[in-house]
Amino acid sequence: MTAAEAAVAEAFRQEWGKIVASLIRMTGNWDLAEECAQEAFAAALTKWASDGVPDRPGAWLTTTARNRALDRLRRSKTEAVKLQEVAALSAPDEPAAWGDSGVQDDRLRLMFTCCHPALTLEARVALTLRTLAGLTTAEIARAFLVPEATMAKRLTRAKHKIRDARIPYRVPPAHLLPERTTGVLAVLYLLFNEGYSASAGGDLMRPDLTGEAIRLSRLLAGLMPDEPETTGLLALMLLQDARSAARLDGQGELVSLEDQDRTRWDQAKIAEGIELLEAALRRQRAGPYQLQAAIAACHAEAPRPADTDWAQIALLYGELGKFGRSAVVELNRAVAVAMAEGPEAGLALVDELAADDGLSGYYLLPATRADLLRRLDRRAEAAASYRAALKLAPTEPERRYLTKRLSQVSG
Amino acid sequence: MTRYLLLMCGDETAEQIAPHPLADDETEEPCWMPWAREMEARGVLLVEGAQLQPTSTATSVRNTGDEMLVADGPFAETKEQILGYDVIECTDLDEAIYAASRHPVALAGGVVEVRPVLASV
Repeated sequence: MTAAEAAVAEAFRQEWGKIVASLIRMTGNWDLAEECAQEAFAAALTKWASDGVPDRPGAWLTTTARNRALDRLRRSKTEAVKLQEVAALSAPDEPAAWGDSGVQDDRLRLMFTCCHPALTLEARVALTLRTLAGLTTAEIARAFLVPEATMAKRLTRAKHKIRDARIPYRVPPAHLLPERTTGVLAVLYLLFNEGYSASAGGDLMRPDLTGEAIRLSRLLAGLMPDEPETTGLLALMLLQDARSAARLDGQGELVSLEDQDRTRWDQAKIAEGIELLEAALRRQRAGPYQLQAAIAACHAEAPRPADTDWAQIALLYGELGKFGRSAVVELNRAVAVAMAEGPEAGLALVDELAADDGLSGYYLLPATRADLLRRLDRRAEAAASYRAALKLAPTEPERRYLTKRLSQVSG
Repeated sequence: MTRYLLLMCGDETAEQIAPHPLADDETEEPCWMPWAREMEARGVLLVEGAQLQPTSTATSVRNTGDEMLVADGPFAETKEQILGYDVIECTDLDEAIYAASRHPVALAGGVVEVRPVLASV
């Protein structure tokens, strides 16, 4: 890679979202914004190679993209509305809007618009990856295992809905902000989880998706520093991602938390995650992401599995359950109780959950039950539960892990 | 300003979802009046609106080119029916969603479909 190519690649990571967000605000036209941003980066590749990299690459790209937008709008000024757009783009008071704070606000606007509840969840995720992170339609399609044409249609449909139903391009007003922020965080966490434990296919992890999710969460936490849950989500992602190198063994098999080589955990990410979490908790407005990050921190801080503060984890899951009863949270609490008080106590909680219809089809329920029975040396029952879990496990490595456990209790 | 059609949907046999718009006692105001006042105060323009007669009065008409088909009943037999409509004008979808969420049909457990009107004013 030449110096110019490296500079363009770096500028793309830093500036793409900002440029698209600003152009959308100024033109109201999502396709135009994306195309002009793309053209600006293409122009940079040739121009920077011959003339050298400009002192402020972001400003160069922004100006180039904006001039492309102006040109395009002027050329198609048959429609009165386009003329208005040209007027708006070339308004004399406008340079102020290109200042740092204005540009940052634009990205926040873009994030809230992409995650508007009037769009489907799939569209929210795809639109965020396309417009904010700059992934191509082909890349997003690959990440979600759908044909490129399907993904292109999904993106086009979402952009048309934003335009035609007039979804506002703004950070929501105060009375809508808490709910909408929760929605944005949910999209980012879904993105992270899709990368961290893929819901389908042969790969257990997709580091490209976890990387984008962390990058966007970092951006959001920076733009909304007073909202502890945004910081909590970033902390949670970092603490989970810190374990990624130890989650799979040499053969690509899933390694349980207990068996992971903790020297392979990324201590820099753990330190940053804990620091962020502590900053968030100091605001004394706990929420689900901060609590989950606190649980992840309990694991991260234990040098050996035996050092884990399971009583504290059980307590944190109890707190988490107060933000909305979830069978998954209850199952995790049962595991923590089993570790703190013994397998029988955990098994009693798991069996209560098994009576609940909401969890049928969730492979971790029989898998957890099997693990607890194995610890109690009730091997035949454990084997039956491993078999039940195998039928429900979504990915190959998870199935292989369960098969290995099954052979241990059947042998 | 964008124009939206609010389509009120719900089970027309459920008394609380399909209230009669005009109270028996003429001195009492219709149930949608507080909504209309709230919308007016927010700057949402109420263009027009009405509650519909039940689907037992509906007629569906098709023209295949060769013949005209007339049938008794609504276009789709579903558990939920169209109970009425309002046409509003407001700034954006968030405002239209708010208007829908405050409508008596939504408050009574019905669903309000929000559709932008093509070529809005």
